[in-house]
Amino acid sequence: MHSDSTARDATTDAVIDVRGLDKTYEGGFQALKGIDLTVRRGEIFALLGPNGAGKTTLISIICGIVNPGSGTVTVDGHDIIRDWRKTRTIIGLVPQELKTDAFETVWNTVRFSRGLFGKAPDDAYLEQLLKDLSLWDKRDAKILMLSGGMKRRVMIAKALSHQPNVLFLDEPTAGVDVELRRDMWAMVRRLRESGVTIILTTHYIEEAEDMADRVGVINKGELIVVEDKTALMQKLGKKQLRLQLHEPMASVPESLTDYGLELNGKGDEITYSYDTQSERTGITALLRDLAAAGIGFKDLSTRQDTLEQIFVELVREGP
Amino acid sequence: MNIHGIRAIYKFEMARTGRTLMQSVLSPVVSTSLYFVVFGSAIGSRITSIEGVSYAAFIIPGLVMLSLLMQSVSNASFGIYFPKFVGTIYEVHSAPLSYLEIITGYVGAAATKAIVVGLIILGTARLFVPYSIAHPAVMVLFLVMTTVTFSLFGFIIGIWADNFEKLQVVPLMIITPLTFLGGSFYSIHMLPPFWQKVTLFNPVVYLISGFRWSFYGLADVNVGISVVATLVFLALCLAGVWWIFRTGWRLKA
Repeated sequence: MHSDSTARDATTDAVIDVRGLDKTYEGGFQALKGIDLTVRRGEIFALLGPNGAGKTTLISIICGIVNPGSGTVTVDGHDIIRDWRKTRTIIGLVPQELKTDAFETVWNTVRFSRGLFGKAPDDAYLEQLLKDLSLWDKRDAKILMLSGGMKRRVMIAKALSHQPNVLFLDEPTAGVDVELRRDMWAMVRRLRESGVTIILTTHYIEEAEDMADRVGVINKGELIVVEDKTALMQKLGKKQLRLQLHEPMASVPESLTDYGLELNGKGDEITYSYDTQSERTGITALLRDLAAAGIGFKDLSTRQDTLEQIFVELVREGP
Repeated sequence: MNIHGIRAIYKFEMARTGRTLMQSVLSPVVSTSLYFVVFGSAIGSRITSIEGVSYAAFIIPGLVMLSLLMQSVSNASFGIYFPKFVGTIYEVHSAPLSYLEIITGYVGAAATKAIVVGLIILGTARLFVPYSIAHPAVMVLFLVMTTVTFSLFGFIIGIWADNFEKLQVVPLMIITPLTFLGGSFYSIHMLPPFWQKVTLFNPVVYLISGFRWSFYGLADVNVGISVVATLVFLALCLAGVWWIFRTGWRLKA
Protein backbone atom coordinates (compact mmCIF):
# COMPACT_ATOMS: atom_id res chain seq x y z
CA MET A 1 0.00 0.00 0.00
CA HIS A 2 2.72 2.39 1.05
CA SER A 3 4.88 1.70 -2.01
CA ASP A 4 1.88 2.15 -4.37
CA SER A 5 1.09 5.58 -3.01
CA THR A 6 4.74 6.54 -3.11
CA ALA A 7 4.96 5.52 -6.75
CA ARG A 8 1.77 7.43 -7.56
CA ASP A 9 3.08 10.54 -5.79
CA ALA A 10 6.32 10.31 -7.69
CA THR A 11 4.51 10.13 -11.04
CA THR A 12 1.95 12.85 -10.41
CA ASP A 13 4.58 15.14 -8.96
CA ALA A 14 7.13 14.48 -11.66
CA VAL A 15 8.61 17.59 -13.22
CA ILE A 16 10.97 15.59 -15.44
CA ASP A 17 10.11 12.16 -16.72
CA VAL A 18 12.58 10.20 -18.83
CA ARG A 19 11.52 6.87 -20.35
CA GLY A 20 13.73 4.43 -22.24
CA LEU A 21 16.17 7.11 -23.37
CA ASP A 22 18.98 5.91 -25.62
CA LYS A 23 21.70 7.96 -27.25
CA THR A 24 24.37 6.75 -29.64
CA TYR A 25 26.77 9.30 -31.12
CA GLU A 26 27.85 9.31 -34.74
CA GLY A 27 31.08 7.47 -34.01
CA GLY A 28 29.07 4.58 -32.53
CA PHE A 29 29.64 5.43 -28.86
CA GLN A 30 26.50 4.62 -26.88
CA ALA A 31 26.29 7.33 -24.25
CA LEU A 32 22.90 6.41 -22.77
CA LYS A 33 21.26 3.01 -22.50
CA GLY A 34 17.56 2.91 -21.73
CA ILE A 35 17.46 5.59 -19.05
CA ASP A 36 14.29 5.73 -16.94
CA LEU A 37 14.24 8.61 -14.49
CA THR A 38 11.71 10.73 -12.66
CA VAL A 39 12.69 13.99 -11.00
CA ARG A 40 10.15 15.31 -8.53
CA ARG A 41 8.94 18.86 -8.40
CA GLY A 42 10.82 21.04 -5.94
CA GLU A 43 13.54 18.57 -5.05
CA ILE A 44 17.31 18.75 -5.31
CA PHE A 45 18.35 15.75 -7.35
CA ALA A 46 22.02 14.83 -7.55
CA LEU A 47 23.13 12.92 -10.61
CA LEU A 48 26.43 11.24 -9.86
CA GLY A 49 28.74 9.32 -12.09
CA PRO A 50 32.36 9.08 -13.19
CA ASN A 51 33.67 11.03 -16.19
CA GLY A 52 32.07 9.88 -19.43
CA ALA A 53 29.21 8.14 -17.63
CA GLY A 54 26.55 10.04 -19.59
CA LYS A 55 25.56 12.78 -17.15
CA THR A 56 26.17 15.70 -19.50
CA THR A 57 24.58 13.86 -22.44
CA LEU A 58 21.44 13.26 -20.40
CA ILE A 59 21.27 16.90 -19.32
CA SER A 60 22.03 18.15 -22.83
CA ILE A 61 19.19 16.08 -24.30
CA ILE A 62 16.68 17.37 -21.76
CA CYS A 63 17.80 20.94 -22.45
CA GLY A 64 17.62 20.55 -26.25
CA ILE A 65 21.35 20.84 -26.97
CA VAL A 66 21.83 17.24 -28.09
CA ASN A 67 19.33 15.32 -30.21
CA PRO A 68 17.90 12.28 -28.40
CA GLY A 69 18.07 8.78 -29.86
CA SER A 70 15.02 6.74 -28.89
CA GLY A 71 12.83 7.18 -25.83
CA THR A 72 10.80 10.06 -24.46
CA VAL A 73 11.46 12.98 -22.16
CA THR A 74 8.78 15.21 -20.70
CA VAL A 75 9.30 18.37 -18.67
CA ASP A 76 6.34 19.50 -16.61
CA GLY A 77 4.18 17.17 -18.71
CA HIS A 78 5.40 18.57 -22.05
CA ASP A 79 7.33 16.45 -24.54
CA ILE A 80 10.76 17.95 -25.29
CA ILE A 81 10.37 17.27 -29.02
CA ARG A 82 6.69 18.12 -29.60
CA ASP A 83 6.47 20.99 -27.10
CA TRP A 84 10.10 22.09 -27.28
CA ARG A 85 9.29 25.76 -26.95
CA LYS A 86 7.37 25.22 -23.73
CA THR A 87 9.93 22.90 -22.13
CA ARG A 88 12.89 25.12 -22.96
CA THR A 89 11.15 28.10 -21.40
CA ILE A 90 10.88 26.16 -18.15
CA ILE A 91 14.52 25.07 -18.02
CA GLY A 92 17.68 26.93 -17.07
CA LEU A 93 21.13 25.44 -17.60
CA VAL A 94 24.51 26.17 -16.08
CA PRO A 95 26.92 24.15 -18.21
CA GLN A 96 30.05 22.53 -16.90
CA GLU A 97 32.49 24.70 -18.84
CA LEU A 98 32.75 28.46 -18.54
CA LYS A 99 31.31 29.57 -21.85
CA THR A 100 30.85 33.32 -21.91
CA ASP A 101 30.98 36.26 -24.27
CA ALA A 102 34.29 37.59 -23.07
CA PHE A 103 33.88 41.09 -24.55
CA GLU A 104 30.33 41.62 -23.28
CA THR A 105 29.44 43.25 -19.97
CA VAL A 106 27.77 41.31 -17.19
CA TRP A 107 24.59 43.37 -17.44
CA ASN A 108 24.28 43.03 -21.22
CA THR A 109 24.92 39.29 -21.26
CA VAL A 110 22.28 38.67 -18.60
CA ARG A 111 19.76 40.84 -20.46
CA PHE A 112 20.63 38.96 -23.66
CA SER A 113 19.94 35.61 -21.99
CA ARG A 114 16.57 36.77 -20.68
CA GLY A 115 15.55 37.98 -24.13
CA LEU A 116 16.76 34.78 -25.77
CA PHE A 117 14.35 32.80 -23.61
CA GLY A 118 11.44 34.95 -24.74
CA LYS A 119 11.02 37.08 -21.65
CA ALA A 120 10.35 40.82 -21.78
CA PRO A 121 13.04 42.99 -20.16
CA ASP A 122 12.73 43.23 -16.39
CA ASP A 123 15.61 45.28 -15.09
CA ALA A 124 14.34 45.20 -11.49
CA TYR A 125 14.44 41.39 -11.45
CA LEU A 126 17.87 41.27 -13.07
CA GLU A 127 19.20 43.85 -10.62
CA GLN A 128 18.01 41.73 -7.71
CA LEU A 129 19.46 38.60 -9.33
CA LEU A 130 22.87 40.22 -9.75
CA LYS A 131 22.74 41.50 -6.16
CA ASP A 132 21.88 38.01 -4.89
CA LEU A 133 24.90 36.66 -6.73
CA SER A 134 27.17 39.50 -5.56
CA LEU A 135 27.58 40.64 -9.17
CA TRP A 136 25.86 44.01 -9.00
CA ASP A 137 29.14 45.89 -8.50
CA LYS A 138 30.52 44.16 -11.58
CA ARG A 139 27.52 44.81 -13.84
CA ASP A 140 29.45 47.11 -16.17
CA ALA A 141 32.61 45.01 -16.20
CA LYS A 142 33.50 42.99 -19.25
CA ILE A 143 33.33 39.28 -18.51
CA LEU A 144 36.90 39.00 -19.74
CA MET A 145 38.03 40.94 -16.68
CA LEU A 146 36.31 38.71 -14.12
CA SER A 147 37.86 35.94 -12.04
CA GLY A 148 36.87 32.31 -12.65
CA GLY A 149 34.54 32.32 -9.67
CA MET A 150 32.83 35.50 -10.85
CA LYS A 151 32.41 34.04 -14.32
CA ARG A 152 30.75 31.02 -12.73
CA ARG A 153 28.32 33.38 -10.99
CA VAL A 154 27.62 35.05 -14.34
CA MET A 155 26.77 31.66 -15.81
CA ILE A 156 24.30 31.10 -12.98
CA ALA A 157 22.82 34.57 -13.45
CA LYS A 158 22.34 33.87 -17.17
CA ALA A 159 20.62 30.57 -16.41
CA LEU A 160 18.30 32.23 -13.89
CA SER A 161 17.64 35.36 -15.97
CA HIS A 162 14.40 33.96 -17.42
CA GLN A 163 13.11 32.67 -14.07
CA PRO A 164 13.13 28.93 -14.86
CA ASN A 165 11.22 26.35 -12.81
CA VAL A 166 13.87 23.71 -13.40
CA LEU A 167 17.57 24.43 -13.06
CA PHE A 168 20.36 22.16 -14.24
CA LEU A 169 23.72 22.71 -12.61
CA ASP A 170 26.41 20.71 -14.35
CA GLU A 171 29.43 20.64 -12.05
CA PRO A 172 28.68 24.13 -10.73
CA THR A 173 31.44 24.19 -8.12
CA ALA A 174 34.29 22.84 -10.24
CA GLY A 175 37.31 25.08 -9.70
CA VAL A 176 35.44 27.33 -7.30
CA ASP A 177 36.91 28.45 -3.97
CA VAL A 178 35.40 27.40 -0.66
CA GLU A 179 33.65 30.70 0.06
CA LEU A 180 31.99 30.89 -3.33
CA ARG A 181 30.99 27.25 -3.08
CA ARG A 182 29.29 27.94 0.22
CA ASP A 183 27.51 30.97 -1.29
CA MET A 184 26.37 28.90 -4.23
CA TRP A 185 24.87 26.19 -2.11
CA ALA A 186 23.11 28.78 0.01
CA MET A 187 21.66 30.18 -3.20
CA VAL A 188 20.63 26.70 -4.37
CA ARG A 189 18.80 26.17 -1.09
CA ARG A 190 17.03 29.52 -1.50
CA LEU A 191 16.01 28.57 -5.04
CA ARG A 192 14.63 25.26 -3.85
CA GLU A 193 12.66 27.07 -1.16
CA SER A 194 11.18 29.28 -3.88
CA GLY A 195 9.94 26.15 -5.69
CA VAL A 196 12.68 25.64 -8.29
CA THR A 197 13.59 22.02 -9.00
CA ILE A 198 17.35 21.54 -9.11
CA ILE A 199 19.25 18.81 -10.84
CA LEU A 200 22.95 18.89 -10.21
CA THR A 201 25.98 16.88 -11.10
CA THR A 202 29.06 17.15 -8.96
CA HIS A 203 32.35 15.44 -8.36
CA TYR A 204 32.28 16.62 -4.77
CA ILE A 205 30.07 13.87 -3.46
CA GLU A 206 30.04 15.27 0.04
CA GLU A 207 28.14 18.19 -1.51
CA ALA A 208 25.51 15.84 -2.87
CA GLU A 209 25.36 14.17 0.51
CA ASP A 210 24.84 17.54 2.13
CA MET A 211 22.42 19.04 -0.41
CA ALA A 212 20.46 16.43 -2.30
CA ASP A 213 17.06 15.00 -1.48
CA ARG A 214 17.56 12.14 -3.90
CA VAL A 215 20.52 10.66 -5.67
CA GLY A 216 20.90 8.92 -9.02
CA VAL A 217 24.07 7.10 -9.98
CA ILE A 218 24.86 6.70 -13.66
CA ASN A 219 27.71 4.61 -15.03
CA LYS A 220 28.56 3.66 -18.61
CA GLY A 221 25.26 5.13 -19.82
CA GLU A 222 23.08 3.18 -17.40
CA LEU A 223 21.29 4.46 -14.36
CA ILE A 224 22.42 2.07 -11.63
CA VAL A 225 20.35 3.42 -8.81
CA VAL A 226 17.90 6.20 -8.01
CA GLU A 227 17.07 6.52 -4.36
CA ASP A 228 16.20 8.87 -1.59
CA LYS A 229 19.59 9.92 -0.25
CA THR A 230 18.97 8.88 3.35
CA ALA A 231 17.42 5.58 2.28
CA LEU A 232 20.34 4.94 -0.08
CA MET A 233 22.86 5.52 2.64
CA GLN A 234 20.94 3.28 5.03
CA LYS A 235 20.40 0.60 2.42
CA LEU A 236 23.83 0.46 0.85
CA GLY A 237 26.00 2.03 3.48
CA LYS A 238 27.75 -0.29 5.90
CA LYS A 239 28.12 0.73 9.49
CA GLN A 240 31.15 0.03 11.64
CA LEU A 241 31.43 -0.48 15.37
CA ARG A 242 34.85 0.34 16.82
CA LEU A 243 35.89 -0.89 20.23
CA GLN A 244 38.97 0.41 22.02
CA LEU A 245 40.35 -2.40 24.12
CA HIS A 246 41.67 -2.24 27.70
CA GLU A 247 44.55 -4.52 26.84
CA PRO A 248 46.15 -4.87 23.39
CA MET A 249 46.02 -8.33 21.87
CA ALA A 250 48.17 -10.03 19.24
CA SER A 251 45.32 -11.55 17.25
CA VAL A 252 41.57 -12.06 17.29
CA PRO A 253 40.64 -15.16 19.35
CA GLU A 254 39.29 -18.13 17.37
CA SER A 255 35.94 -17.93 19.15
CA LEU A 256 35.35 -14.55 17.46
CA THR A 257 36.49 -15.30 13.90
CA ASP A 258 32.90 -15.57 12.59
CA TYR A 259 32.41 -11.86 13.22
CA GLY A 260 35.05 -10.89 10.65
CA LEU A 261 36.70 -8.50 13.08
CA GLU A 262 39.60 -6.30 12.04
CA LEU A 263 42.36 -5.64 14.53
CA ASN A 264 44.39 -2.47 14.11
CA GLY A 265 48.20 -2.37 13.97
CA LYS A 266 48.67 -1.65 17.65
CA GLY A 267 46.24 -4.42 18.58
CA ASP A 268 44.21 -2.09 20.80
CA GLU A 269 41.17 -1.50 18.56
CA ILE A 270 38.82 -3.89 16.80
CA THR A 271 36.35 -2.95 14.07
CA TYR A 272 33.13 -4.80 13.38
CA SER A 273 31.21 -4.06 10.14
CA TYR A 274 27.48 -4.75 10.08
CA ASP A 275 24.49 -4.20 7.85
CA THR A 276 21.93 -1.79 9.30
CA GLN A 277 19.19 -3.26 7.12
CA SER A 278 19.51 -6.83 8.32
CA GLU A 279 17.19 -8.13 11.02
CA ARG A 280 20.02 -8.78 13.45
CA THR A 281 23.11 -6.63 13.48
CA GLY A 282 25.01 -9.12 15.61
CA ILE A 283 26.17 -6.43 18.05
CA THR A 284 24.55 -7.97 21.11
CA ALA A 285 26.06 -11.39 20.38
CA LEU A 286 29.47 -9.86 19.71
CA LEU A 287 29.50 -7.97 23.01
CA ARG A 288 28.42 -11.11 24.83
CA ASP A 289 31.13 -13.22 23.17
CA LEU A 290 33.76 -10.56 23.86
CA ALA A 291 32.85 -10.69 27.54
CA ALA A 292 32.95 -14.50 27.45
CA ALA A 293 36.44 -14.33 25.92
CA GLY A 294 37.54 -11.95 28.68
CA ILE A 295 38.13 -9.04 26.35
CA GLY A 296 37.22 -5.72 27.91
CA PHE A 297 36.86 -2.37 26.16
CA LYS A 298 37.11 1.18 27.42
CA ASP A 299 35.29 3.03 24.65
CA LEU A 300 33.16 2.41 21.58
CA SER A 301 32.01 4.40 18.57
CA THR A 302 30.09 3.80 15.35
CA ARG A 303 30.74 5.17 11.86
CA GLN A 304 28.60 5.02 8.73
CA ASP A 305 29.84 4.85 5.13
CA THR A 306 29.75 8.19 3.36
CA LEU A 307 27.87 8.68 0.12
CA GLU A 308 31.26 8.81 -1.57
CA GLN A 309 32.17 5.34 -0.32
CA ILE A 310 28.79 4.03 -1.50
CA PHE A 311 29.25 5.74 -4.86
CA VAL A 312 32.73 4.26 -5.36
CA GLU A 313 31.39 0.82 -4.49
CA LEU A 314 28.46 1.14 -6.90
CA VAL A 315 30.60 2.33 -9.77
CA ARG A 316 33.20 -0.38 -9.15
CA GLU A 317 30.53 -3.07 -9.31
CA GLY A 318 29.27 -1.43 -12.53
CA PRO A 319 26.03 -1.98 -14.45
CA MET B 1 6.92 33.55 -32.15
CA ASN B 2 9.81 34.45 -29.84
CA ILE B 3 10.10 38.13 -30.72
CA HIS B 4 12.21 38.88 -27.63
CA GLY B 5 14.63 36.14 -28.67
CA ILE B 6 15.01 37.50 -32.21
CA ARG B 7 15.49 41.00 -30.84
CA ALA B 8 18.10 39.76 -28.36
CA ILE B 9 20.21 38.15 -31.11
CA TYR B 10 19.75 41.12 -33.43
CA LYS B 11 20.70 43.68 -30.79
CA PHE B 12 23.64 41.57 -29.63
CA GLU B 13 25.02 41.35 -33.16
CA MET B 14 24.46 45.02 -33.85
CA ALA B 15 26.19 45.90 -30.57
CA ARG B 16 29.22 43.93 -31.74
CA THR B 17 29.41 46.22 -34.77
CA GLY B 18 29.38 49.18 -32.42
CA ARG B 19 32.37 47.73 -30.57
CA THR B 20 34.28 47.15 -33.81
CA LEU B 21 33.36 50.33 -35.66
CA MET B 22 36.81 50.70 -37.29
CA GLN B 23 36.71 47.22 -38.72
CA SER B 24 33.00 47.11 -39.53
CA VAL B 25 32.38 50.50 -41.10
CA LEU B 26 35.52 52.57 -41.51
CA SER B 27 37.59 49.85 -43.18
CA PRO B 28 35.20 49.24 -46.13
CA VAL B 29 34.78 52.99 -46.62
CA VAL B 30 38.56 53.49 -46.78
CA SER B 31 39.09 50.58 -49.17
CA THR B 32 36.25 51.77 -51.44
CA SER B 33 37.71 55.26 -51.50
CA LEU B 34 41.00 53.73 -52.60
CA TYR B 35 39.19 51.89 -55.41
CA PHE B 36 37.78 55.23 -56.57
CA VAL B 37 41.21 56.81 -56.51
CA VAL B 38 42.88 53.91 -58.35
CA PHE B 39 40.16 52.82 -60.77
CA GLY B 40 38.03 55.97 -61.04
CA SER B 41 40.80 58.52 -61.35
CA ALA B 42 43.85 56.68 -62.68
CA ILE B 43 42.17 54.21 -65.04
CA GLY B 44 39.04 56.34 -65.55
CA SER B 45 41.16 59.07 -67.10
CA ARG B 46 41.96 56.61 -69.93
CA ILE B 47 38.45 55.10 -70.25
CA THR B 48 36.30 58.16 -70.63
CA SER B 49 32.87 56.50 -70.67
CA ILE B 50 31.04 53.19 -71.10
CA GLU B 51 27.78 53.42 -73.02
CA GLY B 52 27.47 57.09 -72.14
CA VAL B 53 28.26 56.72 -68.41
CA SER B 54 31.54 58.05 -67.06
CA TYR B 55 33.86 55.25 -65.95
CA ALA B 56 34.01 56.56 -62.36
CA ALA B 57 30.20 56.49 -62.15
CA PHE B 58 30.04 53.13 -63.99
CA ILE B 59 32.04 51.33 -61.29
CA ILE B 60 29.92 52.62 -58.37
CA PRO B 61 27.29 49.81 -58.46
CA GLY B 62 30.08 47.22 -58.78
CA LEU B 63 31.97 48.67 -55.83
CA VAL B 64 28.84 48.80 -53.69
CA MET B 65 28.03 45.22 -54.68
CA LEU B 66 31.59 44.13 -53.82
CA SER B 67 31.20 45.58 -50.34
CA LEU B 68 27.69 44.20 -49.90
CA LEU B 69 28.81 40.67 -50.73
CA MET B 70 31.93 40.80 -48.56
CA GLN B 71 30.15 42.43 -45.63
CA SER B 72 27.12 40.14 -45.77
CA VAL B 73 29.24 37.00 -45.89
CA SER B 74 31.77 38.05 -43.26
CA ASN B 75 29.21 39.50 -40.82
CA ALA B 76 26.91 36.49 -40.95
CA SER B 77 29.67 33.87 -40.95
CA PHE B 78 31.46 35.47 -37.99
CA GLY B 79 28.16 36.04 -36.18
CA ILE B 80 27.36 32.33 -35.97
CA TYR B 81 30.95 31.03 -35.95
CA PHE B 82 32.05 33.00 -32.89
CA PRO B 83 29.45 31.54 -30.47
CA LYS B 84 30.35 28.11 -31.85
CA PHE B 85 34.02 28.83 -31.25
CA VAL B 86 33.67 30.10 -27.66
CA GLY B 87 30.91 27.62 -26.83
CA THR B 88 28.12 30.10 -26.09
CA ILE B 89 26.03 28.53 -28.85
CA TYR B 90 24.67 26.16 -26.17
CA GLU B 91 22.46 29.01 -24.99
CA VAL B 92 20.91 29.51 -28.43
CA HIS B 93 20.28 25.76 -28.75
CA SER B 94 18.67 25.52 -25.34
CA ALA B 95 16.51 28.63 -25.84
CA PRO B 96 12.91 28.44 -27.08
CA LEU B 97 13.90 29.67 -30.54
CA SER B 98 12.89 28.10 -33.85
CA TYR B 99 15.37 27.82 -36.69
CA LEU B 100 13.60 30.61 -38.51
CA GLU B 101 13.88 32.88 -35.48
CA ILE B 102 17.59 32.15 -35.06
CA ILE B 103 18.21 32.89 -38.74
CA THR B 104 16.11 36.04 -38.62
CA GLY B 105 18.21 37.34 -35.73
CA TYR B 106 21.64 36.54 -37.15
CA VAL B 107 20.94 37.11 -40.86
CA GLY B 108 18.83 40.18 -40.15
CA ALA B 109 21.69 41.80 -38.25
CA ALA B 110 24.29 40.81 -40.86
CA ALA B 111 22.13 42.15 -43.71
CA THR B 112 21.42 45.38 -41.80
CA LYS B 113 25.12 45.99 -41.26
CA ALA B 114 25.90 45.26 -44.91
CA ILE B 115 23.17 47.64 -46.10
CA VAL B 116 24.43 50.38 -43.78
CA VAL B 117 27.95 49.94 -45.15
CA GLY B 118 26.59 49.91 -48.72
CA LEU B 119 24.72 53.16 -48.14
CA ILE B 120 27.79 54.75 -46.56
CA ILE B 121 29.80 53.75 -49.63
CA LEU B 122 27.16 55.26 -51.89
CA GLY B 123 27.46 58.45 -49.87
CA THR B 124 31.24 58.34 -50.07
CA ALA B 125 31.07 57.85 -53.86
CA ARG B 126 29.15 61.09 -54.10
CA LEU B 127 32.27 62.86 -52.86
CA PHE B 128 34.19 61.58 -55.89
CA VAL B 129 31.70 61.51 -58.72
CA PRO B 130 28.12 62.61 -59.49
CA TYR B 131 25.71 59.77 -60.25
CA SER B 132 21.99 59.18 -60.45
CA ILE B 133 19.70 56.26 -59.55
CA ALA B 134 17.21 55.71 -62.37
CA HIS B 135 15.16 53.01 -60.63
CA PRO B 136 15.43 53.52 -56.82
CA ALA B 137 12.86 50.84 -55.97
CA VAL B 138 14.72 48.22 -58.01
CA MET B 139 17.98 49.38 -56.47
CA VAL B 140 16.56 48.82 -52.96
CA LEU B 141 15.15 45.45 -54.07
CA PHE B 142 18.58 44.29 -55.29
CA LEU B 143 20.25 45.74 -52.22
CA VAL B 144 17.98 43.82 -49.87
CA MET B 145 17.84 40.57 -51.88
CA THR B 146 21.60 40.47 -52.29
CA THR B 147 22.41 41.19 -48.65
CA VAL B 148 19.87 38.66 -47.37
CA THR B 149 21.04 36.01 -49.84
CA PHE B 150 24.71 36.46 -49.09
CA SER B 151 24.09 36.77 -45.36
CA LEU B 152 22.40 33.36 -45.57
CA PHE B 153 25.41 32.13 -47.54
CA GLY B 154 27.70 33.55 -44.85
CA PHE B 155 25.61 31.85 -42.18
CA ILE B 156 26.19 28.51 -43.92
CA ILE B 157 29.94 29.21 -44.11
CA GLY B 158 29.98 30.08 -40.41
CA ILE B 159 28.36 26.77 -39.56
CA TRP B 160 30.62 24.83 -41.94
CA ALA B 161 33.85 26.46 -40.71
CA ASP B 162 35.67 24.77 -37.87
CA ASN B 163 38.56 27.22 -37.78
CA PHE B 164 39.21 30.87 -38.56
CA GLU B 165 41.08 30.03 -41.77
CA LYS B 166 38.02 28.40 -43.31
CA LEU B 167 36.02 31.44 -42.30
CA GLN B 168 38.30 33.60 -44.45
CA VAL B 169 38.78 31.19 -47.35
CA VAL B 170 35.39 31.56 -49.02
CA PRO B 171 35.21 35.38 -48.98
CA LEU B 172 38.81 35.76 -50.13
CA MET B 173 39.13 32.84 -52.55
CA ILE B 174 35.62 32.72 -54.01
CA ILE B 175 33.59 35.89 -53.40
CA THR B 176 36.36 38.39 -54.22
CA PRO B 177 37.46 36.74 -57.52
CA LEU B 178 33.86 36.23 -58.63
CA THR B 179 33.07 39.89 -57.91
CA PHE B 180 36.19 41.20 -59.65
CA LEU B 181 35.50 38.96 -62.65
CA GLY B 182 31.76 39.63 -62.54
CA GLY B 183 31.84 43.04 -64.17
CA SER B 184 32.47 45.29 -61.17
CA PHE B 185 34.98 47.37 -63.06
CA TYR B 186 34.00 46.70 -66.68
CA SER B 187 31.13 45.71 -68.89
CA ILE B 188 31.33 42.06 -69.86
CA HIS B 189 30.68 43.22 -73.45
CA MET B 190 34.26 44.53 -73.37
CA LEU B 191 35.49 40.90 -73.14
CA PRO B 192 36.21 38.60 -76.13
CA PRO B 193 33.10 36.57 -77.13
CA PHE B 194 34.39 33.32 -75.57
CA TRP B 195 35.02 34.93 -72.16
CA GLN B 196 31.67 36.69 -72.34
CA LYS B 197 30.02 33.23 -72.45
CA VAL B 198 32.25 31.88 -69.65
CA THR B 199 31.44 34.90 -67.49
CA LEU B 200 27.73 34.08 -67.67
CA PHE B 201 28.45 31.10 -65.37
CA ASN B 202 29.49 33.58 -62.67
CA PRO B 203 26.39 34.26 -60.52
CA VAL B 204 27.76 37.62 -59.40
CA VAL B 205 27.46 38.92 -62.98
CA TYR B 206 23.68 38.88 -62.64
CA LEU B 207 23.75 40.74 -59.31
CA ILE B 208 26.07 43.49 -60.56
CA SER B 209 24.28 43.76 -63.89
CA GLY B 210 20.87 44.09 -62.27
CA PHE B 211 22.16 46.54 -59.65
CA ARG B 212 23.85 48.69 -62.33
CA TRP B 213 20.65 48.68 -64.37
CA SER B 214 18.83 50.21 -61.40
CA PHE B 215 21.34 53.10 -61.52
CA TYR B 216 21.82 53.83 -65.21
CA GLY B 217 19.47 51.55 -67.15
CA LEU B 218 22.58 49.73 -68.42
CA ALA B 219 22.80 45.94 -68.09
CA ASP B 220 25.09 43.13 -69.26
CA VAL B 221 22.16 40.71 -68.98
CA ASN B 222 18.43 41.27 -68.97
CA VAL B 223 17.31 42.67 -65.61
CA GLY B 224 14.53 40.07 -65.37
CA ILE B 225 17.13 37.32 -65.63
CA SER B 226 19.15 39.07 -62.92
CA VAL B 227 16.14 39.08 -60.57
CA VAL B 228 15.43 35.40 -61.28
CA ALA B 229 19.11 34.46 -60.78
CA THR B 230 19.19 36.30 -57.44
CA LEU B 231 15.99 34.58 -56.33
CA VAL B 232 17.39 31.17 -57.34
CA PHE B 233 20.51 31.79 -55.27
CA LEU B 234 18.35 32.97 -52.38
CA ALA B 235 16.27 29.79 -52.63
CA LEU B 236 19.43 27.64 -52.68
CA CYS B 237 20.77 29.35 -49.57
CA LEU B 238 17.43 28.98 -47.79
CA ALA B 239 17.38 25.28 -48.69
CA GLY B 240 20.93 24.90 -47.36
CA VAL B 241 20.09 26.57 -44.06
CA TRP B 242 16.88 24.55 -43.74
CA TRP B 243 18.84 21.32 -44.26
CA ILE B 244 21.47 22.32 -41.70
CA PHE B 245 18.87 22.97 -39.03
CA ARG B 246 16.86 19.89 -39.89
CA THR B 247 19.88 17.62 -39.56
CA GLY B 248 21.80 19.60 -36.94
CA TRP B 249 24.87 19.38 -39.20
CA ARG B 250 27.89 20.86 -37.38
CA LEU B 251 25.52 22.34 -34.83
CA LYS B 252 24.16 19.51 -32.71
CA ALA B 253 25.49 16.11 -31.72
